[in-house]
Amino acid sequence: MGDLREILQNLSNEFGPAGRESAVRTRLRKLVEHFADGVEVDALGNLLVHKTGYGSVPRLRVLLAAHMDEVGVMITRVEKNGLLRFHPVGGIEARQLLGKRLIIGDERVPGIIGAKPIHLQSEAEWEKSPDLDGLAIDLGASSDAELSGKVKVGDYGVFATRFSVLSEDPGWPTVIGKAFDDRAGCAVLVALLEGEYPVDLVAAFTVQEEVGLRGARVAAFRSTPDAAIVLEGTVCDDLPQDEDEDGPAVTKLGAGPAVTIMDRGHVAHPGILRLLRECAEAEGIAIQYKTPGIGATDAGSIHLTRDGIPAATVAVPCRYIHSPAAILNLQDLADTVQLVGSALQRLSADHLRRLT
Amino acid sequence: MLDLMKRITEAFGVPGYEDEIRTAIRGEIATLVDDLQVDAMGNLVALRRGAGGGKRVMLAAHMDQIGLMVTHVDKKGFLRFAPLGYLFALASWGTQVRFLDGTVGTIGLDGRVNPRHDLPTLHDLLVDVGATDPTEAGKRVGDVATFWRPFVAQGNAWFSPSMDDRVGCAVLIEVLRRANGEVLPHDLYAVFTTQEEVGTRGATTSAYTIQPDIAVAVDVTLTGDLPHARPAMEVALGRGAAIKIQDGGMISHPGVNQLLISAAEAVDVSYQLEVLQGGSTDAMSIQVSRQGVPTSAVSIPSRHVHTPSQIVDGRDVEAAIALLGSFLRRPMDF
Amino acid sequence: MDKDEIGRNLRLLAEADGPSGREGRAIDVARTLLSGLADDVQIDAVGSLVAVRRGIAEPRKRVMIAAHLDEIGLIVTKIEDGFLHVSEVGGVDPRSWLGQEVTVYPTGPGSDQYGNGLRGYIGGRPPHLRRGPEGDAATTTREFRVDIGLHPNAPELELIRVGDFVTASHTYVELLEGRVASKALDNRAGVAAMIGALGYLAAARHDWDVVAVATAQEEMGYRGATTSAFEIAPDVAVAIDVTFGDTPGLDESRTVPMDKGPALGWGPNLHPGVVKALREAADALEIPYVTEPLPGRSGTDAWAIQVAREGIPTALLSIPVRYMHSPAEMVALADIDRTARLLAGFIARLGPDSLSRIAEEM
Repeated sequence: MGDLREILQNLSNEFGPAGRESAVRTRLRKLVEHFADGVEVDALGNLLVHKTGYGSVPRLRVLLAAHMDEVGVMITRVEKNGLLRFHPVGGIEARQLLGKRLIIGDERVPGIIGAKPIHLQSEAEWEKSPDLDGLAIDLGASSDAELSGKVKVGDYGVFATRFSVLSEDPGWPTVIGKAFDDRAGCAVLVALLEGEYPVDLVAAFTVQEEVGLRGARVAAFRSTPDAAIVLEGTVCDDLPQDEDEDGPAVTKLGAGPAVTIMDRGHVAHPGILRLLRECAEAEGIAIQYKTPGIGATDAGSIHLTRDGIPAATVAVPCRYIHSPAAILNLQDLADTVQLVGSALQRLSADHLRRLT
Repeated sequence: MLDLMKRITEAFGVPGYEDEIRTAIRGEIATLVDDLQVDAMGNLVALRRGAGGGKRVMLAAHMDQIGLMVTHVDKKGFLRFAPLGYLFALASWGTQVRFLDGTVGTIGLDGRVNPRHDLPTLHDLLVDVGATDPTEAGKRVGDVATFWRPFVAQGNAWFSPSMDDRVGCAVLIEVLRRANGEVLPHDLYAVFTTQEEVGTRGATTSAYTIQPDIAVAVDVTLTGDLPHARPAMEVALGRGAAIKIQDGGMISHPGVNQLLISAAEAVDVSYQLEVLQGGSTDAMSIQVSRQGVPTSAVSIPSRHVHTPSQIVDGRDVEAAIALLGSFLRRPMDF
Repeated sequence: MDKDEIGRNLRLLAEADGPSGREGRAIDVARTLLSGLADDVQIDAVGSLVAVRRGIAEPRKRVMIAAHLDEIGLIVTKIEDGFLHVSEVGGVDPRSWLGQEVTVYPTGPGSDQYGNGLRGYIGGRPPHLRRGPEGDAATTTREFRVDIGLHPNAPELELIRVGDFVTASHTYVELLEGRVASKALDNRAGVAAMIGALGYLAAARHDWDVVAVATAQEEMGYRGATTSAFEIAPDVAVAIDVTFGDTPGLDESRTVPMDKGPALGWGPNLHPGVVKALREAADALEIPYVTEPLPGRSGTDAWAIQVAREGIPTALLSIPVRYMHSPAEMVALADIDRTARLLAGFIARLGPDSLSRIAEEM
């Protein structure tokens, strides 16, 4: 588990917004190269890692996908006064940006998104959620001249959060960091690549999931798998509820890998769901089902590629995704590795067929 | 035809859970076709080989009906849900639904909304199966349900919650039935697609596999014949099969439309021209498959679409069957 | 090819009526303008025009350039008492179509003699009669009644059918400082630039094959781009479209200055290697350009082309246009010419190691 934590730490701290995943890709390549039979980067920047199975031919081919990109911002204008106007990359709300620290551009320049002091706000202003158009990034420069060479229009920015351990309790091992959606999935995939399986694997570290499930689509087209499992870090809303609330938490921390039955982009293939259930029972892993109808993952584009691909998503519950920091339970992460590893051992053609 | 409509409209099938309706359709057509396959998405693909030298024609009708999936079972046994396809909260309150296992429930409104003042949203609704705790409710997250009423034929008016698009499925079945024993000039792929209501998903992959030369979707369309109809729409019940010029997702291939119009006129079948604002069909995905497919749609005008009681006119259904029959027997060059 | 010819081509293209799904008249004009500039011209299954100009190197690589040919317009949904109800084709802003002269293209029996369409007008209620909240509410297409000025019983009305198309008319005008206003500059400006590029290439030798596609139905969701990119499977692609020209009152972080050259899109939709190659060509030819930050969907054919098949390294050149999606859009002719020259220069510089140099930038 220590290894897994370190992998997650290094991936989480890396700079990789949708459209500029190169640093994450470079790091991942180093981590997985010696476990792979082939590595390539495609036209969109997906990192595709091939691993031959030990089973006898014909072997099934499984696509495992985890996306490298995180949500962030893009600089759209440098004002004369040295402030930067920006636009979100992927789904970040203005309310998550107010008063936060960011890292900008290839030079990794630190900056903040300034919040107007409450003393100088009217009550009406204070009660409203901040508006994206009213926000700007401040790098401490007093004019655009001071910024030349450091930052320019088109540069990307991400939250500055650094990974750390919250609880060392082996019964409740939690960590905090940015971009667990989906560096958690990437960490799972790295760990899985260390194993040996009867099936052929294409491990796709995809790009641009956050702006429309883009990388996965072409990766699936290229690799023509028989089945696909998407590895994610997903919504976990298990905060204490008010007296009269009685709604779903989407997923719960510590309740194990979360399997998607249906989300906004995909109805999971019944055979792959069956496989995952069988594996959970056989391995004694507690799993949970993510509340249906929330969010979308790379499975949304993968399953509709070419003639259609049986697919499912398994996710690590992460509180506060799409905010500057998320929290996850390392046991959930480890159990996800074990569950999917088991699925790769047990997958058969039967799981890919419809029963009627 | 009425018996067929009853069997097809009353079978269970929502996006991703079409096993029962697929089995029902398979039973109707197994002896009428040369080949039957079920693909990775659950589409039922029936092939009827032609004389040779003709076109590869794909006709598509979707098996899935809008419905819902349980997202949460609360402490008192009430069920919260997510839609499968587009549900109008307004048209769901107070309706009866049926689960895959036959359990019945009523869609109720929780106390936060005052129905005399406010419009409910899906979040304010729940399914009440008459239980007092989760165990008694006997339902789990992931269970699926849909609107259910028996099929009724009242003169020319046919009523069912699932006209969209079981009427299209019935049309395809009947086209196959009437062609039985005959050799058509073209290879016909009659595809009963899945998951149309959540984004024409089944059609996307089946079109890729089949690579048709021409495709026509068979689905319902709205009408402009209700009082104060807005936006204005020329399509009305009882005026024949509708040939789709454009809808919210696609513009039909003019050459295919001309073939459909000529086919209708050749056998003196009533037809109307359709422009639908908002909404689309499987044709939308098929048209942009691979390098593109000349595509259009034949629509059955329907009132109260996406509510639990949809109406079509039997004469329009008959017209669609005759139109498609004529279309399939004629050359398809443009 | 020169700036004046581009200006003449633009007028011919912009005045041709070719809304999404009925691009025929615009196709005819584009086809004529392309004669002599391409080795082969075809129309594909969705209605896009595909022109191939072969290169000279072996092995042969392929660059696709795409500019959407369709314009936004209206479609007849119902005929009532001699007036036409209409609905949108593409993102029409109804408020700017009020008081607009239009052309209706009938397709009913006997309509062949009306190949140039019927004149019509969208008038709306006179201000004297607009009262209260209705007077202030913005216009929607649901209120439009296209008036073709005929008696309700006139036989010509029989020629019009549900599904017939309507376009804005009498819009082209030359303004000061080399600027022009017209309907459909989105994206006839892009098509003019694309044809201009082929014109400029006529004098050059180029290694790679050039496939120039005037795509159909972009306004309906990049439909032509999706299918043509699949068919052509190019090694590299550049889309040419229009973008928001700077206008007093509009947020400058969302617009591009007029008359400063094309905008090179930058963001997840665009491959950094292709963008770099375009920048290098622009610098070498001293063509001015600006960078347009595009943090998500570009809203252009580039979005569809990038994810065709196994993915295609794609870039986007955008010509600044003011008042987009109204019947009076505005463009600087010099920007179209700059775009054409940049595209030609970029293509002429593509050689045997271009693809690997592009890939290195990822």
